[in-house]
Amino acid sequence: MTPSGTDAPLLQISGLTKRFGGFTALDNVSVDIRPGERFGLIGPNGSGKTTLINCISGAFRTEARTVLFRGEDITQLPAHVRTRRGIARSFQIPRPFKSMTVVENLMVALDFAVATDPMVSAADRHDTAMSILTGMGLASKADASATTLSQVELRKMELARAMATRPKLLISDEAMAGLSSSEVDEVLDLLMSLADHDITVIMIEHIMQAVMRFSQRVMCLEAGKIIAIGAPNEVMANQRVQEAYLGT
Amino acid sequence: MFSFELLLDAVVIGVLLGCFYAAVSLGLSVSFGLLDVPHVAHPAFLVLASYAVYVLNEHYGIDPLLAGLLITPFLFVFGLAAYRLYYETFEKRGSDAGVRGIAFFFGIAFIIEVLIILQFGVDQRSVTATYVGKALRIGDMRIPFRLIVAFVVAAALTILLTLYLSKTFMGRAIRAVAQDQEALRLMGANPIQIKQWAFGIATAVLGVAGALLIIVAPVEPTLDRTYIGRTFCVVVMAGLGSMSGTLVAAIILGVAETIVLTLFGASWAPAISFAMLLGILAVRPQGLFGRRS
Amino acid sequence: MKRNGIFFWVGAVVFLIVIALITKLIGNEYPFFAGYVILQFIVLAVAWSILGGHAGYVNFGTSAFFGMGVYTAVFLFKVAGAPLLVQIAAAAAVGALMGFLLGLLTLRMQGIFFSIATIALTIVIETSITNWRYVGGAAGIQLQRPPVTWPFSGYVQMLFFVQAVLVVLAVAVSRYIQNSWIGRGLQALRDDELAAECTGVPTLKLKVLACVISGALMCAAGAPAAMYLQYADPSSAFNLNYSVSVLAMSLIGGTAHWAGPIVGAILLASTQQLLTVTISSEVNVLVLGVMLVLFVVAAPEGLIGLLRRLLRKEGK
Repeated sequence: MTPSGTDAPLLQISGLTKRFGGFTALDNVSVDIRPGERFGLIGPNGSGKTTLINCISGAFRTEARTVLFRGEDITQLPAHVRTRRGIARSFQIPRPFKSMTVVENLMVALDFAVATDPMVSAADRHDTAMSILTGMGLASKADASATTLSQVELRKMELARAMATRPKLLISDEAMAGLSSSEVDEVLDLLMSLADHDITVIMIEHIMQAVMRFSQRVMCLEAGKIIAIGAPNEVMANQRVQEAYLGT
Repeated sequence: MFSFELLLDAVVIGVLLGCFYAAVSLGLSVSFGLLDVPHVAHPAFLVLASYAVYVLNEHYGIDPLLAGLLITPFLFVFGLAAYRLYYETFEKRGSDAGVRGIAFFFGIAFIIEVLIILQFGVDQRSVTATYVGKALRIGDMRIPFRLIVAFVVAAALTILLTLYLSKTFMGRAIRAVAQDQEALRLMGANPIQIKQWAFGIATAVLGVAGALLIIVAPVEPTLDRTYIGRTFCVVVMAGLGSMSGTLVAAIILGVAETIVLTLFGASWAPAISFAMLLGILAVRPQGLFGRRS
Repeated sequence: MKRNGIFFWVGAVVFLIVIALITKLIGNEYPFFAGYVILQFIVLAVAWSILGGHAGYVNFGTSAFFGMGVYTAVFLFKVAGAPLLVQIAAAAAVGALMGFLLGLLTLRMQGIFFSIATIALTIVIETSITNWRYVGGAAGIQLQRPPVTWPFSGYVQMLFFVQAVLVVLAVAVSRYIQNSWIGRGLQALRDDELAAECTGVPTLKLKVLACVISGALMCAAGAPAAMYLQYADPSSAFNLNYSVSVLAMSLIGGTAHWAGPIVGAILLASTQQLLTVTISSEVNVLVLGVMLVLFVVAAPEGLIGLLRRLLRKEGK
């Protein structure tokens, strides 16, 4: 599915540099993400992928005007406000609310991230949560405690909770790591169907076939810098990318 | 009333005192700094050790430092057991452990405090030894012998512990487990046993440290409350897990306390370590030589 | 939910009427002295749980808030002869301010660092008050007997009733928080602060709110204590025992429900009164420490948690 006709980028990263003490995690990164795009982000461990996500989602603060979302500078906004504006992320290691059931986990998103019309009752929000869970194949686990879920179920709930915030941009951080190939396909199908609903998706993954199948554009980071960006096969064929992964 | 001699006096005493503070904080540097155990009962263990030293000194005439060495093996075993209990009850269960872990150690600290009161009463206790009571004179300065003893022993203790952690296999394993428990597990070592051993050592060190405590000044049962401020201030200011940093931070605290004492009097003294602790937490929580950036 | 609300408020009104009647009917003053202390601890424990239970931030500074409540009352009384209600209101304001600053502190410090910072705050505040001559310094200050207003026959009965009103206030607030979006947000925050923030929960605002409410109530509970004892001194007002007792009461009662701290406070405060009078105050602290450790190790969800599990088993 091709990106929608609007010209304005959804997310603009300009000259983003992030340092921790003496260590430069991101070095002058600039990229525009188009609305409705399926964007893959790859790179060896420690290349700055999660740092970039943290900067976009607000877990890390950055300098002014380095992150623009829908044309507005969001760098001064705390993470929860960015979530309300439409940026959602899942975590590399799932972070469920352990004292709650699966549906209650989603209710947090619906209660806090979505601008609620006071006419919408709690029961309606519950229905919305249930329909999201059904779409993810988790409906049967709705009232189960979050601590009883399997790995792949946790990943799905993580994505479901991110979905419940009604995002315009969803960032999936290695949602498929450690899953079996059929489970990988499940999650991949989920992410593809999100893209069908006009949600822009940035996918961080190490599983190359998944990245190739999913992405319209791929960007590779190494040591905080962009070393390649373009169509998936171009980036994969890029010599620097291959060196970064295999190491020389 | 400011005079250069007074200030110099304060600085010298402060450095000696600071080394003493380092000795009593070393154990916490390991248990809290490296093992992440919320050990607010550390000062209570310290005071308990000092009372044990008192008993050995008072009833058997044993020199306090020797007494401290004698109780060290018992403290080691006690530390092993305490960590096992803590691990089984809290760390294993994960999430809510933080709140309950702290509460647990606070309860233990209170229990120890009260048991000491019930056994010994609230009066101060001190030890008798050849070096307690006399002082060394250098020029116009009068340096109490007991502080010099504390300084020497503390320095030795710090060096020993630093060497242990950097040169021996077990010591390096302890540092490794503090950094990456999972990696250690993958290499076949049992991180829990290593942590247990480390906690045992952290507690064993309190034997000599407790002796120093009662040598430097008389002890009383609620002394642990003041030392929560001092030990945590030192450990946090040093940066979690840094042994040499502990010495530096402790000296800074010692000098600061003595100067404030000299200039403003004793009524402000209890607050200094706590105020510095607050300051460090607010401004630079990773301390001066932090383990994590 | 609505039916529960009616039950609660009817219960609260009945409670206050009963308290008022008791002050009329019982002639002996001693039960009111003891009862005052128990009611005071209920307020403190319920207030503490708003931050410690819901949000999971263990505040060891209860003594600081309580002590500041005492000394705000002392100061206003000395400066302007302020009546009790003004003292309480001012104490609540001071507590709210302290809570606000504490809430901002959570930005920099989490977990054990937050808890240790609260201990540090207590000692620093205590030392500052100890060095403040105007309110008596280390030696303390004596206060004259407060004027007694109708319908109470003695000042102890009056303070007893005032503290009962504070109990109702604290419990109502705690119950409201638990059942509202504030409570749900705090629960998510306690489970995983980072995930909550990324799911749209305004974590800083909620933490500050919890600190402000908790602080205001704890300070307010301290204000009448100055009149109750007709004496105040820093080492008693800021005694760390308050922090540990209130912590124990909340954890033993159970923090998952607003009724937990009430149960814990009644149980422990009564035991404390009994032990201090019959045996000694040291044994009292010993029992407190032992019970805290036992419950934290063996029954982490507290008495309320045990009750819930019992009811669930019965249901099956």
